[in-house]
Order: sequence, then C-alpha cells, then structure tokens
Amino acid sequence: MSRRPDDSDLAALKAGDEAVFQALVQRYHGPLMRLAVGYVRDRSAAEDVVQETWLTCLRSLDRFEGRSSLKTWIFGIALNVARTRRRKDARVLPFASLFRRDDSDSSAPTVDPRRFGSEGKWRTPPDDWSNVPESHVLSRETLDRVRSAIDRLPPRQREVIILRDVAGFDAQAVSAVLAITPENQRVRLHRARAAVRKVLEEYLR
Amino acid sequence: MICREVVELMTDYLDGALSQEDRARFEDHIAGCNGCTAYLEQLRRTRSVIGRLAAEPVPAGLEAELLSAFRSWRSGPRP
Ligand SMILES: [Zn+2]
Repeated sequence: MSRRPDDSDLAALKAGDEAVFQALVQRYHGPLMRLAVGYVRDRSAAEDVVQETWLTCLRSLDRFEGRSSLKTWIFGIALNVARTRRRKDARVLPFASLFRRDDSDSSAPTVDPRRFGSEGKWRTPPDDWSNVPESHVLSRETLDRVRSAIDRLPPRQREVIILRDVAGFDAQAVSAVLAITPENQRVRLHRARAAVRKVLEEYLR
Repeated sequence: MICREVVELMTDYLDGALSQEDRARFEDHIAGCNGCTAYLEQLRRTRSVIGRLAAEPVPAGLEAELLSAFRSWRSGPRP
C-alpha cells in the first residue's frame, strides 16, 4: 500500500504529539465551520459541532487504523456529528429550511438559457474578469458574499463544494466520504460552482 | 459543440473527466470562442476565491478547550 501524506500525522497523533493536533485543528477549522454552519445555521452551534467532531476523533483515535486518509476520517466524523445535530434540531427549524427544494442532481441548465441565442451561442457573453483587480476579488466583502452564497446552497451541493473547494479534497475522496458516485459528485460540484459564479458576476460587474 | 453545451461540461473538463474525443472538441471550441473562454476563466477564479474561505482563525477559547481535551486523552487510560 502506498504511503499517504498524512500517515505521519496519524502516527504522531497516536503518539500524543500536541503540535500536530493543534496544526490539524487550525488547518481544518475553516472547512469544518463551513460544513457545520450549513447544518445548524448558527455560528455558536457550528462551533459546538466542530468541538464535538474533534472530541469524537480523540475518542476513536486508538481504534482508527488508517484505512482511509486521516483527513477523510475527520470529515466523515464531522458529517456524522453535523447530521445528528440537525436531526435533533429539526423540530425547532422552520419548515422552509427542512423542505427546501434540492435540485442538486438535476441536469437543468446552470446558465440562464436567455443568455444564449437560438443556435446555442452566447448572446450576452460573460465579462472578462482578467481586468478585475485581485484585491477586489479577494476583498473581505467579496469573501462574505461567497461565504453566504455557499451557506445558501442546497445541502447536497454545499457538502460537495466545501469538501472540494474549501477543504481541498480530490474528487475521489469526496465521492468516498459522501458515498456518492463520481458522476453525482461532478454534477453537484458543477451546479454549486455555477451558483457561486453567478453571485460573483452580479457583484463584480 | 455549442456554447450552451460547453458551459455544462466545464467542471468535467477541469476534473479531467471528459473522454479524449470530447476533450479535444471542447478545447477546439474554447480556442475559438471568447465567451466560453471568459466563462471558464470565471469558474477557475470562482474556485480559487472559494478556496480562500479555508483560512479562518480558531477562537482562542475553543482551541484551549481542545488542547486540554487532547492532553487528558493523552494521559488517560488506553484500551
Ligand atoms: Zn462558446
């Protein structure tokens, strides 16, 4: 079996290396918070989910043999904790958020069809962003918009885009963590990125 | 391929999931189409902006609690 890059982190963790644990907590805090916020809709509850995730990791660490990568294992635990928490909270959440339409796996167009002419060519083509200064694209306000666009996505799209583009998982790892096919993974990712792109387009224009 | 179809293949393209033949047709189209070139660039830019959300500081209180939990795990009984 080939060595994974985080094999040595796992060994160090099991040996009680606090610096490695602290580095993991810091590295994954952003992605774990984004994932959790989608389930609980409240920052402080999301922090509870992140905390419970790490405590669960510590409780199960001795039994974890490294069959999946350490990162996959941690995010799998986070998903479980977040989903359990959501079920507990379900009775207090408004109906709208429980039964929000989720077309994550549909093949409906991700670009407004009116933007294409009768032959399927662009009628209103997208702007060239190469002249938009990087400082504007990465401004705090832009990032806030992107963050809230992701928080508003249907759950199945949100999970995929957070794991792929925030946590930096590859396609195969995301399919494994979420137990979905590679095709579903790509469809959800495409819909999610297209939705965020649209928000950016309206803002950067 | 036409623009309306090409935009829906962009994530497959970026993931290297297109067949060799489709990939060649896709790249042919992009090479001659400013609109699709701009759209592909927007998607790439979108992806990299999303990546910036990863950096988020751990609140000091949470970090302290987790480190303390780690220390008691380390000194606790092992199965
Ligand atoms: Zn085109």
